[in-house]
Amino acid sequence: MKHLSEYRDAHLVHAIAAEIRKTVTRPWVLMEICGGQTHAIMRYGLDQLLPPEIELVHGPGCPVCVTSLELIDKSLAIASQPGVIFTSYGDMLRVPGSHRDLFSVRAAGGDVRVVYSPLDAIQIAQKNPDKQVVFFAIGFETTAPANAMSVLQAHSLGLENFSVLVSHVRVPPAMHAILSSPQNRVQGFLAAGHVCAVMGYWEYPPIAKKYAVPVVVTGFEPVDILQGILMTVRLLENGQVSVENAYKRTVTFEGNQPAQGVINQVFMECDRKWRGIGMIPASGWCLRPEYAAFDAEQRFQVNQIQPAESPICIAGQILQGLKKPDQCPAFGGECTPQNPLGATMVSSEGACAAYYRYRAGLQV
Amino acid sequence: MKEESITIQGPVCPVPLGHNEKIVMGHGSGGKMSQDLIARMFLPPFDNEALRAGDDAGVVQPNLCTQLAISTDSHVVWPLFFAGGDIGRLAVCGTVNDVAMMGAIPRYLTAGFILEEGLDLGVLERVVTSMQKATAEANVQIIAGDTKVVQRGKADGLYINTSGVGVVTPGVEIGGALAQPGDVVILSGTLGDHGIAVLEARGELGFESGIQSDVAPLNHMIAAMLEASEHIHVLRDPTRGGLATSLNEIAQQSQVNILIHEASIPVHPSVAAACEMLGFDPLYVANEGKLIAIVGKESAEAALEAMQKDEYGKEAAIIGEVKSAPAGRVLLKTTLGSTRIVDVLAGEMLPRIC
Repeated sequence: MKHLSEYRDAHLVHAIAAEIRKTVTRPWVLMEICGGQTHAIMRYGLDQLLPPEIELVHGPGCPVCVTSLELIDKSLAIASQPGVIFTSYGDMLRVPGSHRDLFSVRAAGGDVRVVYSPLDAIQIAQKNPDKQVVFFAIGFETTAPANAMSVLQAHSLGLENFSVLVSHVRVPPAMHAILSSPQNRVQGFLAAGHVCAVMGYWEYPPIAKKYAVPVVVTGFEPVDILQGILMTVRLLENGQVSVENAYKRTVTFEGNQPAQGVINQVFMECDRKWRGIGMIPASGWCLRPEYAAFDAEQRFQVNQIQPAESPICIAGQILQGLKKPDQCPAFGGECTPQNPLGATMVSSEGACAAYYRYRAGLQV
Repeated sequence: MKEESITIQGPVCPVPLGHNEKIVMGHGSGGKMSQDLIARMFLPPFDNEALRAGDDAGVVQPNLCTQLAISTDSHVVWPLFFAGGDIGRLAVCGTVNDVAMMGAIPRYLTAGFILEEGLDLGVLERVVTSMQKATAEANVQIIAGDTKVVQRGKADGLYINTSGVGVVTPGVEIGGALAQPGDVVILSGTLGDHGIAVLEARGELGFESGIQSDVAPLNHMIAAMLEASEHIHVLRDPTRGGLATSLNEIAQQSQVNILIHEASIPVHPSVAAACEMLGFDPLYVANEGKLIAIVGKESAEAALEAMQKDEYGKEAAIIGEVKSAPAGRVLLKTTLGSTRIVDVLAGEMLPRIC
């Protein structure tokens, strides 16, 4: 396929891997932020091509994984109510709440629908004026513009039966949280290309400077990822702390300004709980007061929910890059994609799911 | 923000969800959840040798000289019509193929119709005409049938169940447990055409792919393969759950390792593009007119040639080989030369978020 096959070209991939091997002189720990990158690394076995000095740890960039249990429980409570059509990206359906997931709600008679875009949820709301249509607005900076657009559209259409359950999270505060932790091991970041396509990378130079870590904006195909690793390793080996862009075909320094404008029009910064990590100040977006009418949490009065986490899995340490999925005692045994103990095993972008799907029990 | 005051919470995690209480859509995905349901709910009460074999059809020997392959399949596809096929053609081909995968010659089908009140008779007529054409093509007869009507809202227009009987040619022994190290894995054509065609007909693609469902009877191709090669060990049609799930079933049944080569697996460019956009993997997308053949190395070329001569096997290709270890697993050699696992589909296939 044109525009993909070039970035999966075996000769190019091996050439870059050889260049990385030539460049490395000592051990480095790099973190890829985005779950999409983790999956590409596992799917193509890119870590098998790297020299042993380079350790990749997997970041918190899986929106499904980090959505707090409390919000999942709220989604389940709302979706169970009669007269509600609950719409969500497909990934969220299997994420376990305290006691059940959206699949169970659907099996018990709830009207839960998978949509590809929040604008589909708007259409459902228009077609079902006698129902309350709720969209589960999860995601990083990538899904925020479309989710914000849906609120603006509902506003301009005067839709009174549409609301959003907002769970937006932002990458830069998570990087601060990881780097300021005393247990931090990360020495260089592969920044998430899709997030940067929206936001640009003007937010990263202060982080790079403060913690003395290089950051390289990186794409998602094998060639992109290895190129990002090569550039990060070069910076580390030369003792340079800077922010560079290895995904120039998509990302500019400023990012997509109209998209940022839409985000800022609808959302404002707020504190946000991350599943497995905890509260990170100013790490989320929530609706501005002028759009409070579209806030599902207010509309459905679900603030009294007490989530119940179980103490088995180590998703929190995995999301911070402290542990690898296969270091979890439950991995592949008690915890599998069809019986997940943690969200990282559920999502198609979760690190545990990536390990299980491509690597479980495999000696390579 | 107050970056320095962040405390990292201890490990947290939700309690497990087994979906042991109610049926969810994942139980019908053909993947791991379906297998678990069958193993838990159906195998213990109905246990017998034919069922335990876990193949596409049960093989029984009612008398000394006859071996029969018997299978049944319910069809609930929505919409009823899609590019390249419809529920009627699917109902005939699905069962014909299940019977043929045991190396049997399919002869007789039964058809049970569950019709929803209000269904347009013209729709039923189109479906029946399509079934008639498919039976003629597959050279089988529908020899018994049943019709039930349910109230509006209790069915989605029309469901069809078909059962099929075929006679196993003496001397032919084919089954999921018969793959041997050294065998060659052949796939009869491109992956994922049916699944993507149905998604498109549902309006879930959001663009036109031009993909046609591959739904087709494969019994004539199989007859030609059996003619050409004496060493066909396993035949299976990778329907729900796709190639990945079928290969895992075979690896488990035969306790062998199956290694496939990503570069050699045929996928139509439009299907590859649709999968990229939706976050699907063609290895897991359903097919209705494809088969996997696991064949002794000595006659792999002969079997491949026979497949390529058939109109439904023109793009057949050798995609891998059977090894001994790690037993029960399927591995994939990527185009980059690295190796990864190919697991069964866990539950319902879900599009990813971004």
